[in-house]
Parts: sequence; C-alpha cells; structure tokens
Amino acid sequence: MSALARTDTSVLGRWWWTVDRWTLLAIGALIFCGVILAMAASPPVAARIGVEPYHFVKRQVLLLPLAAMLLVACSLATPRQTVRLAVVGLAAFMGLTLLTFIVGPEIKGARRWVSLPGFQLQPSEFVKPFFAVVAAWLFAAQKMHVRFPGYLISTALFLAIVAMLVKQPDLGMAVVVTCVWFAQFFMAGLPLWLVGMLGLMGFAGLFGAYTFLPHVTSRIDRFLDPASGDSYQVDRAMEAFLNGGLWGRGPGEGIVKRSIPDAHADFIFAVAAEEFGLIACLLLVGLFAFIVLRGFSRVLQETNLFVLLATTGLLVQFGLQATINMASTLHLMPTKGMTLPFISYGGSSLLALSIGMGMALALTRKRYGLEAVS
Amino acid sequence: MTDAVFTSHGAPDAAPLPANPVAGRVRIEGEVKQALETGRNRLIVTGALFALAFTAISARLFDVTLIGRGAEPRVATAPRLGALETFRADITDRNGVLLATSLETASLYANARQVPDAADAAGKLAGVLGGDQADLAAKLGSGKSFVWIRRNLTPRQQYEVNRLGIPGLDFQRDERRVYPLGNIAAHIVGFTDIDNKGLAGIERRFDEQLRGAQHPVKLALDVRVQHVLRAELESAMRDFSAVGAAGMVLDARTGEILSMVSLPDFDPHRPGAVDPDARFNRPTLGVYEMGSTFKLFTLALGLDSGVATLNSTWDATYPIHISRFTIKDYRGGERRWLSTSEVLQYSSNIGAARMGVAAGPARQRDFMKRMGMLDTPRIELPETGQPMFPTNWREINTMTISFGHGLAVSPLQLANGVAALVNGGVLRPATLLKRDPSDIPPGTQVIKPETSKVMRGLMRMVVEKGTGKKANIPGYRVGGKTGTAEKVSAHGGYARKALLSSFVGAFPIDDPRYVVLAMLDEPHGTRQTGGFATGGAVAAPTIGKIVARIGPLLAVDPVDLPPRPAQPLLNARAQGKSVAAN
Repeated sequence: MSALARTDTSVLGRWWWTVDRWTLLAIGALIFCGVILAMAASPPVAARIGVEPYHFVKRQVLLLPLAAMLLVACSLATPRQTVRLAVVGLAAFMGLTLLTFIVGPEIKGARRWVSLPGFQLQPSEFVKPFFAVVAAWLFAAQKMHVRFPGYLISTALFLAIVAMLVKQPDLGMAVVVTCVWFAQFFMAGLPLWLVGMLGLMGFAGLFGAYTFLPHVTSRIDRFLDPASGDSYQVDRAMEAFLNGGLWGRGPGEGIVKRSIPDAHADFIFAVAAEEFGLIACLLLVGLFAFIVLRGFSRVLQETNLFVLLATTGLLVQFGLQATINMASTLHLMPTKGMTLPFISYGGSSLLALSIGMGMALALTRKRYGLEAVS
Repeated sequence: MTDAVFTSHGAPDAAPLPANPVAGRVRIEGEVKQALETGRNRLIVTGALFALAFTAISARLFDVTLIGRGAEPRVATAPRLGALETFRADITDRNGVLLATSLETASLYANARQVPDAADAAGKLAGVLGGDQADLAAKLGSGKSFVWIRRNLTPRQQYEVNRLGIPGLDFQRDERRVYPLGNIAAHIVGFTDIDNKGLAGIERRFDEQLRGAQHPVKLALDVRVQHVLRAELESAMRDFSAVGAAGMVLDARTGEILSMVSLPDFDPHRPGAVDPDARFNRPTLGVYEMGSTFKLFTLALGLDSGVATLNSTWDATYPIHISRFTIKDYRGGERRWLSTSEVLQYSSNIGAARMGVAAGPARQRDFMKRMGMLDTPRIELPETGQPMFPTNWREINTMTISFGHGLAVSPLQLANGVAALVNGGVLRPATLLKRDPSDIPPGTQVIKPETSKVMRGLMRMVVEKGTGKKANIPGYRVGGKTGTAEKVSAHGGYARKALLSSFVGAFPIDDPRYVVLAMLDEPHGTRQTGGFATGGAVAAPTIGKIVARIGPLLAVDPVDLPPRPAQPLLNARAQGKSVAAN
C-alpha cells in the first residue's frame, strides 16, 4: 500500500489515496473466488457441450485483465466525467440492444446478443449501469432545477428500456432495471403515496406476467408446488447444499455439477456450497453484503444528491443480482436466470459489472475542496 | 445546469458558491438540503432491506447445508410411483381353475436413431421373428427414438434377437394376457387389448379391480359344467345345422351362473380374427321373443293371481281372431276345451292367450315387471341387452305375450325368471361372481311358494307327457318347457322356417337345484326328429344329454335308476356270498 506516497499527486496517486480501498479489495476477492469456482464448476459443463475442459475458465481468465482495467479506468473519473461516460454509454448500448432485434442470433429462444469476433456481446448488460447513473443524474437535476423535467425523461427512458428487455425477452433483467430505477426514484424523494402505487403496479405487473406468460407461470407454479413440474435444477441444487455441509466435499469433489446444466452460471452458488461448504458460502454472502452496505454507509455522508442516487443505484443493481441469484438457488424464490456478480461465467456480465462498480468506486471516492464541487 | 447538479451543499469545507446569474432556475438551498435528507433516510431503509436479505440468505444456507430440511421432502417426491406396476390379476372359475392370467414377457423396441443399418437389421430380425421385412425396415429406418418392433416375445425369440447383437434394439418388460382354456368361456371372461386394458366381458367390467388387485376375481362359473354345456350345444348345433346356440346353467337357489355358453365363439387371444357375430354374447346381449317357454309365466300369473286353478278350463276349440291377427295352435291343436295343465302340456297358444286375458293387461304387465322381464338385468358384463316390450300394453299384446311373442328378453332373464318359478318363488339377481354361501341375497318373493310347487309339477308333466319328452332321462327328474319361436324376418313379420328352438327346465324338479336352458338358432330337422326343428325336437334332447352329464359332476343324487346287474367285484359282501354259494 505504500507503493504510492501520500504526496504523490499524479492521477494514480490521488486515486489510490481517495478510492475506497476496502471495497476494491472485496471486489478483488470476489473475482478471485470467481476464478476458483469457474475451475470447479465449468469443466463438466464444457465436457457436456463438447469443448475442452477449461474452455470457460480460459475465456473468463482472458477477460479478467480487461475487466480490471475497465474497473480502474472508470473509478478514475470525476462525477462529471462519470455522467458523460454514462450518457454516451447508454446511448451506444441502447442502440446496440436495438440492433439485436435486427441482426442478433437467437439463443435459447431469446435475441439478446450481438456477434463480435470470438465473442457474443449482450448490450443490455451494459445498459443497466449506465442507466442507473443517467437516471440518478435526471432525478438530481429535477431536484436542483425548477423547470427541468428529470422525472419525466427518466420515466420515458425507463419505459423504453423495459420495453426492449421484455421484447427480447429478458424478464429477469427487466425486473432488475425496474427495481433499481424504483429504488432510485424512492430515494430521490418520490411521494410515499406514489411509492405505494408503483409498488402495487409492480405486483400487478408480476401478476400479469404470471397470468399471460406461460414460462413465468410454470416457473412460479413449480416454486410453489415442486411436484407440479420439472424442478430438476433446484432439486439438484438442494442436494448440493446438503452434500456440502459445513466444510464441503472438497475442491473438485462435487458431483451435482455434473447434472446441473447451468452449473457454471446461474447455479454456481450450489457448486460452491457442495465443494467448499457453508463457510465458503457465508464468505461469499459476506463479501456481497460488505460491498453493498459499505457503499451505502459511504454515501450516507454524501452531500451531493446525484452521487448519492447514482451510487445507490449501482449498488442496488449489484446487490439485487447477488441476492436474487442466491435466493433462487436456495429455493427461497422462483428460479430466475440471474448471474452471481463476478462469480458466474459470462463475459458481458463481467465487463458491465466492472464498469458499474468502477463508476461506483469513482463516485464514492473522497473529494476535497473544489474537487468535491466539480 | 450540470454545474448545479454537481454542486454539493452543506459540506463544511465547500467553497462559497459563485453568484449565479440565473439563480431563479436553481432551487433554493433549503429545499435541496431537505431532498438530500429524505434521500439519506430512505437510503437507510434500502440498506436495511439489503441487510435483511443477506441475513435471510445466510440463515437459509445454514438450513439447507446443515439441517437439510429443504432437501428432504423434495427427495421423497422424486420416485415416480406410477412406474410401480403389478401384474393384472387372474380370473378363475368357482373352483380356482385359471380362466385368465398374465405372463411376463419381453417386448422388443428400437431406438431407430441408433440402428446403423436398417435394411440389414430388418433382414436379420425377419429371420428370427418372421413378419414383413419391408415393414421392419421402415420401422428401423424411421429415425424415431422409440418404435415398437414386436410385443410379447417368447423367451426363445428374445434369446435369438439378443444373439443378433443389433445396436439400438432393446427389450421392455411386458405382460401378456393368457387364457389357458381358450374359447371355453370367451364371452364371459372377455379379452384385453395389447396394453392389457380390458375390452370386453369380465376383463372390461372389472378392469380397475384387475389392474390393482393381487387376488384373482373368482367367477361363479364351473369350467366342468361349462365344458359339458359347450360340447353338447356344439354337437346339437352341428346335428341340426343351426347358425348359433346359447345355453345356461343357473343355480336356482343362489342365482350363480355356473355356465353360460354362446356359440359360435372365439379365441380370446385373437378376438379380431373372427366375425363380429361370434363375439356376440347371445345369453345376455341378445334379446329374443322366447315363444312357448313364456307360457310358464302365463300359468304362474294365472295360478298365483287366482284367475286360474288346476281345474279351470280354457276354450281352445277355434283360433282367436283379434283385429288383423289370428291366434292358432301348432298344427291345429286339440280343438277342444283344455284344462289348465293341458294348456301347458299341449303348449296351446289359444289357451295361454285366454288365460292371459283373464288376468288382464295391467296384471300381466305388473307381473312381468316383478319377474324382471322389463328391466335390463344387472349382470356383471358390459354386454347386456335391453328387453323390448310394448309401450302401450293392450289386450292383443297380452294375448301374444302370453305365449311368448311381442316381448323380447334375453335368455338370462328367462332362466332367472324360471329359477324364481321353481325355487319357491324367490327372484334373486343372477351373478357371474361366486357367492359366499353364507351371504346369499334374500331376493324378492314374486309368487307364492304353493304356486311354485304347482309349477314344478306342471313342468315335470311337460317332460313326462308333453312336448318335452326327449328331455326325460334316467336318474335325474327334469322338468321344463319347450319353446319354438318364429324369428322376426328381415322383411318384417315372422319367418316360418327360421326358428328359435329352446328348452328351459330345472332339475331335480322336486327340489330344483339348477335351472338349465338350451337354445338353438335356426335349427333344421333331421331324419331322427322326423324333420321337426321345434324346441321339443332339438332343444329338449340336448338338455337331456346335458343334465345326464352335469348331474353327477354337481353331485346331484340320482333317483329312479333302473336296477343294474350285480357287480360282484365291486361289492365285497356280494362277492363273499357268491364265494360261499360256490
């Protein structure tokens, strides 16, 4: 930690002394856990689809330097630069998302991807963090300026994004975007009666999805009554938790990963439980909780409404993905395809999370004097 | 405006704000401060929710890893109970002789995707299993992951198929319904489809019970009696060139059906191989105008209701003309006044009609209803015919019904009715299932016991002196009534030459144990019968033969046997005497 002197006023030097190093460490730990678990969980999946055993691990590890660079680069920015980045990024990735409808390949019944050489990019993953920042800026602007229609613009943007996500369809992401936007709106001072009404609308939306979208119906039915349909993945996951016990069966000793199709992605938490046990799982939960709650406590002293809202939005997104993934693996809620941040396999998810957490780090940096104002 | 957004407020170390020339567009500081305060409060709420969520997840982790409660009930639901199959239960006769059972077999199926060379495999398989090679090749080349090749292979066939070593072929445990006695009770036992689902007879009626049960379904049938009845009916059918025959042996005291035969019959293993007529169960599904056998009911009605006594006389001098019909007696009849017993003895249509009219349509209808002639019998077979009777029961109907025309019932109904006439007057529903001797349904008293006694005497008289003489055999006192009905022709009206000749009786008639019925469909006279094809000529002798054979089987004590020559070797005392005499 002493590589950079306190008196070093270079960009990196100042960054080191102002960034939240504990959060940085926690993210580093998560990424490390992610690599370990990818090595544990993905070979059987790779064998199933007929590629060499460490196919997924290699791809993930190759992306790591890029992810780390994005994380640091984003965290170097000032709040103002962060907004600019977010506005440009949102525009670009919303455009790309629209493009998926035209040129995107259809995978597992959905069009979410843009083909790049050697890589399938899922632009909607990037829309999430950028939109959180842009929405925060719009909410803050409404509060600051009498005539700025920030609420209106953000609502319009929100509806456009959700419409795209539902069209893909990617309901899980639509739910996350909705929750994040709603949390931000809530903190921006949405009147409580509106909070109640929007909450009701959210429930109505869920109920509508349950009623009109057959795959949502079956997911929820299977959650409520496991005997009503195929609950294979969740059953195997429950077995994994039981097998794991306190200390786990040991690295590479898991057996359930051989029978869960999504062992390397949505159900990686179960693999972690089977091989490394309750202790490792609690460590993971602790890391997620630490990042989210520490970020919250840091912005609690914040005097800039935009920073408060943007950071919260990014952290809520991060925390929500983590809790939804873990809760559905633990059969606390219906299964919902959701990656475990920094742990699950998925290039777009990893890069987008790096950008998001990079921006969160940028916003939670200590700012002094004029720097705090601009 | 971005400037303003990034301006922090209330920070103690914040530089003083530069004077803003457009201050009106920016909100005043207090309001912004308030918004910030709200934001912080609500941030705490959000944070608390997250803390709660992470706590819940941790708690659940303890639950599923260490306590394992989450896993336990889910594992228990995993096994598919439906896969546990039991064999279909057996069907036996009253003495436990197997009528239907299940054999474990292997059925051959193919995963056509795994069969490397369909044409070659088809050739080899056809060599082992026989069958159409092109058909086999089509199945094996279908590309389906499951296709039946052949159901129910013999162990030898299974061995041969295994020896071929063709990839993609596999066996599934299967079961096959087997009827060890073949045709003998095919109409009663019925049959199943290839998936052992009951399609007819007891197999269909008790499909559910047979599937789940471990215990066999025990029928009232006695295969020995069934065999005799079938053999005798078959030979009568052959002798008299009849198109069909039906017969029954019914326990007069319990209502159990010991035997029920319908000819022609079929092999229950291949029910589809025969004409649908062969699958038709005449005794329960067929309804017929029974003819003269119905006069028994007319007499019973007359005697029981008091409109007739044994001393009454009936004018049978001339045929009766009523509306456009003429009721005549067979070959002119006796052309005189007949006593009540003579009406039965000579089987006088005119006399019976007069007796029916004396009782009246209402009473006759009521009586027929009581005797179960107007309702579909509740027998344990899905194949049950509905009786046909006039909706408007007028005097002309009463007349014809008195001698068995104008009312069509199944042979089962006739036999069951006769059982009530001879057993002391109690009608019990007939059954194909074995009845526990201690649990015989009480039945309903339909005629007085005294009337029943008189009826027994009259029926014996018919066999001794009347139309049923050919049913009189040594050893067993048979009583009964013949019947010769003209069948309804396809063109309407009655066909003179197409007869339904029957005999229904009981033995031993003094205290009847069994009711027997034989019916021949379109018999033809032979030289022995003098060209006659009437019930007395063709059905009565058949009954005689049947009773002579089943009497000993059913342990009915013989009476009136002619004295036999002494059998010294079988009688030790007699032998001793003869030795002493020497």
